[in-house]
This record gives sequence, C-alpha cells and structure tokens, in this order.
Amino acid sequence: MTMLDVRGVTKQFGSLVAVSEVSMLVAPGELRAIIGPNGAGKTTFFNMISGFFPPTRGEIVFDGTTITRMPVAARVAMGMARTFQITEIFPELTVGQNVRIGVESALGLRQRVWLGGRDAAAVRQGIEEALVMTGLASKAGRLVGELSHGDQRAAEIATALTLKPRLLLLDEPTAGMGEHETYAVANLIRRLHRNSSYTIVLIEHDMRVVFNLADKITVLTEGKLLAEGTPAEIADNPAVQEAYLGKAE
Amino acid sequence: MSATTAVPAPALSLRPWLTAAIVWGLLLTVPFWLPLVGGYTALAARVLVMGLAAMSFNLLLGFTGQMSFGHAAYFGLGAYGAGLSLKYLAASTPLAMLMGVLLGGLAGTLFGLLIVRRRGVYFAMVTVAFGQIAFYIAYSWNSLTGGYDGLRGFVRAPINLGFTTVDIANNDIAFYYFLLVVFGIAVGLLGLLLASPFGRTLLAIRENERRARFLGIPIERHIWLSFSISCAFTALAGSLYALLNNFADPMGLHYSLSGEIVIMAVMGGMRAFWGPLVGAALFVVVQDYISSMTVNWMSFVGLIFVLVVLFFPRGLLGMLQGRGSQ
Repeated sequence: MTMLDVRGVTKQFGSLVAVSEVSMLVAPGELRAIIGPNGAGKTTFFNMISGFFPPTRGEIVFDGTTITRMPVAARVAMGMARTFQITEIFPELTVGQNVRIGVESALGLRQRVWLGGRDAAAVRQGIEEALVMTGLASKAGRLVGELSHGDQRAAEIATALTLKPRLLLLDEPTAGMGEHETYAVANLIRRLHRNSSYTIVLIEHDMRVVFNLADKITVLTEGKLLAEGTPAEIADNPAVQEAYLGKAE
Repeated sequence: MSATTAVPAPALSLRPWLTAAIVWGLLLTVPFWLPLVGGYTALAARVLVMGLAAMSFNLLLGFTGQMSFGHAAYFGLGAYGAGLSLKYLAASTPLAMLMGVLLGGLAGTLFGLLIVRRRGVYFAMVTVAFGQIAFYIAYSWNSLTGGYDGLRGFVRAPINLGFTTVDIANNDIAFYYFLLVVFGIAVGLLGLLLASPFGRTLLAIRENERRARFLGIPIERHIWLSFSISCAFTALAGSLYALLNNFADPMGLHYSLSGEIVIMAVMGGMRAFWGPLVGAALFVVVQDYISSMTVNWMSFVGLIFVLVVLFFPRGLLGMLQGRGSQ
C-alpha cells in the first residue's frame, strides 16, 4: 500500500536544475520528513507534489491515481492539503471564519447562497472539530492577523485539516518560531500523526522536531536524493553527516 | 464556537446593525428632512442610483479583491437597455429595468469569461478597454442610440400594481420611494449573498488567493461569478438612472464615470457594506453644491478624496465602524 509514489521527478527552471530524479514512497499513516541544506530543492519538490507547478520529467501517483499534471483543485478534492513556509491565511477574518471557509469548501457548499439546517449543523461540527484539534477553540472570534506567529500557524493547519486530507503537506511548520511555539506546533503534529493517523510529509529545519517525529527521513542536497531511512539510519549515515557538518579533512 | 471573544471596539464604533438602522432611517424620511437642509428629492434619487452602482461595483472590489475601471460600461448598457425598451418595445417600467439588467449583465458575463485569468493591473486595464469599446459603439451608432446627443424620446411609465397605479412619471416623491424599494431589494440581495457561503468564498479570494486555491476553491470561476453579478446589479443602477433622467447618453459608459464609481466606493469605505453608499452621497452632494459655483468641481472632489485616503485609509464609514466589523 502506498499513499504517495513520486517517481524520478525533475524540475528545471531554464538551465537551473532545482530537483533532479528524486523518488519517494510514502505509506499510509506515515510521517515523512524532508531535510536538506538551503537550496536543496525541498520546497520545489513539495510544489510539484501539491500541484503548484508540474515537474519537467517524472511522475507522481497519489493513492493509485497519476496526478502529475492535475490542477490544484482536483488534488484537493482527492484529499491533499498543504501549508506554506510563510503562513498563508485570511488575515482580516476571524479564526472561526478562516476555518469555516475551509469546511464549506470541503463540503462542496462554497457556491451556495443559502444553508439549510442540516448543512449548517455539518459546517458547525466541522469548524468545532478543527478548532478543538488545534487548540484554537477559545480564539475563534479573534482576527487571525492579530494572533501570535504560532497561533497563526495553528490556524493555517486547522484550515488545512477542514479538508480531512488523506495527505497533509507541511512546509517548515516551525519556521521562525521560538522554543515554546515550536514545541506546541510539534506537539500538534504528533497528535495528528499518532492519535488521528494522518499521513504527513513535512519539510523541517529543526532537527529535534525531525528526529522526534518522523518515521522516515528523506535527505536532499543540491536537488538530488542523498539518503533515505529511519531517523537512526540517517543519524549514522556518513554522507548525511558530511553534507551537514562539512567534509572531515 | 460560542466563544466570540471579539476584539475590544473603540468607544465610538458603529456596529453594523446600527449603521443599517441609521441608513434606512435617513433614506425612508428623505422627503421630510432633505428640503430643510436645502436639498431636493431628485438629488436623493441620484444618491440612491449612484449608491447602488457603487455598492454593486464593491462586490467586486471590496469583497472579491478585484479592481475594475470599466464598470460604467455596464451602468451605461443598463441605461440604454432601459431607454431602448421604453422607446421601442413597450411603455413598461419593469420591462425596461429587466432589459437594462439583461443587456448589462449579459455583456458583463460574456466579457468576464475572457478576462478572469488576468489579475491586478492587467485585469483593471482590460476592463477599461472594454468600457471604451462600449462607449464608442454607443457614441457612433447614431441611428439607434442617438450618438453624442444621447437617447431621448422615452419617459418612465407609471407602475400598475393591479389595485392601484403609482404615478412615478410625474410625482417626484412617488418616484423616490419606487427607487428606494428597488434599491432595498437589490442591496438586500447583495447582503444575503455576502453573508452566504458564496460570499465567504469571495472573501477568501480577496484575502489570500493562494490559500483559497489550496482549499480547492476554483478561483477563476468565482471571480467570474462575482464580476457577472456585480455587472448585473450595476446595470440595474444604470437602468434606474435612465428612468430618473428619461435620458441615456454615452457619458454614462465613459471611463470617467467608472473612475467616479471607484472613488465613491473607496471614499466611503470598500470594506464596509454601506461604505460605497456613503461615498456616493458625499460625491453627489459635493458635485451638486460646488458645480453651482464653479465648473472645476471635480478638483474639490479630488481634494476630498486625497484627504480621505490619506487620513482614513479604510474610508469614511470604515473609520467609523472600526476594524473587523464587516
């Protein structure tokens, strides 16, 4: 069983090869971390999976369906959701409204001009679930733009969760956060993975987060796959140590 | 979900329901108080018509986040649709309004299909281009539209309600209340639309297109829908304008009017539901008052606009209502 099967994708921007022949298999319920130095092509790799742009070569199969050139909306409808390195939210709306827009979109109500009682109840329940899961229930009425960085990130994840995704893609979920906020977001990801068995692929720079959370780790350098394995295997891999610590002269 | 820990509002903040109550209170009593402050009912009628145009335009600008500098095209098409219907089809006011909405709304719907893939400045520029095409057609098609002189030779017809007839043709106050009923229905529909899931989808596009796209929202389709609806309501305002003046002219399609509609919406507050109406009221009154003294009235409007944008970037009503009260 495979949730995500990336087969030798390459992305070229002009003469620059940002990602070269990278493959990755993610099993259902797995938490996969993608690491690598800056400029390793991690976000480019992510953007191909989520449909931001198609690969130059290679194929991507999601849950048995080839999605290589499928538009974003269709991928979302298949159960793929993502967050961004720089938090993408609806800043001038409240947390509740942010989540509500996701729920209504996921339930296929986004073009409705009227909600019946049953739909309204389903929407309320969806909002409540996402807020409770991310610990934002007490902040539902606050404008997202006025929240702390960590809470904004949680709101973005909450909005992504409203889609009930079968694959959740998180691009540097703890980027730019302090100790305390990093811990809170890492805990949230752990809960999603352990308690709700979400399949998650994340890019992360914080090695404590990566080695504590991930089932498997994919290491990219200069657009190429350097290593893949369990946290223990990656920690002992000499090539990875070299890439991160520099050559031992 | 009942935890609505709202942001503390400033002491002078106008709640949206209070704004609505004040607006309706003032509009319903216009014939009683306007003469006392030196106005006349036809002036209030102009405020209603331009206010409806600006509020309709604002569905696109304020609530979908897309700029159009060509909305006069749909306003003008609405006016010509109504005028031509009264002149050549039948002496029926409702039919005239319907024809105006159909002409402007369909033009907007078809044109919208072509432009929804453009964004920002490019979107705005093609709306100007289409507006000017519509302007030159009206300007040159002498035999149908009357060309530069405009379309004359029609008058609004009394409304037959079955049990009684409302003489909107000769009674200014009856006509004002007729406009107010149409205005009320139109802004009521706009309000319902904005409070619905569809309205929130538009807000999502305004707030963050990338996030909206990755929630599975088809952006182009919704901008197109918003554009079409906005054009249809603007055309309704245009058809009322033709009824108000018993006249339709090419300047009703000109981009300078498009600019005035933008100014009304921004000056009044494009994030506030009633903002564009406030902007339209200020614009129409200043125009009426100052144009009786100088032909350069537009420079005064421009000065007021600059001051408002500098000191109240959220517009007059936006400032009164405070943040987050949409």
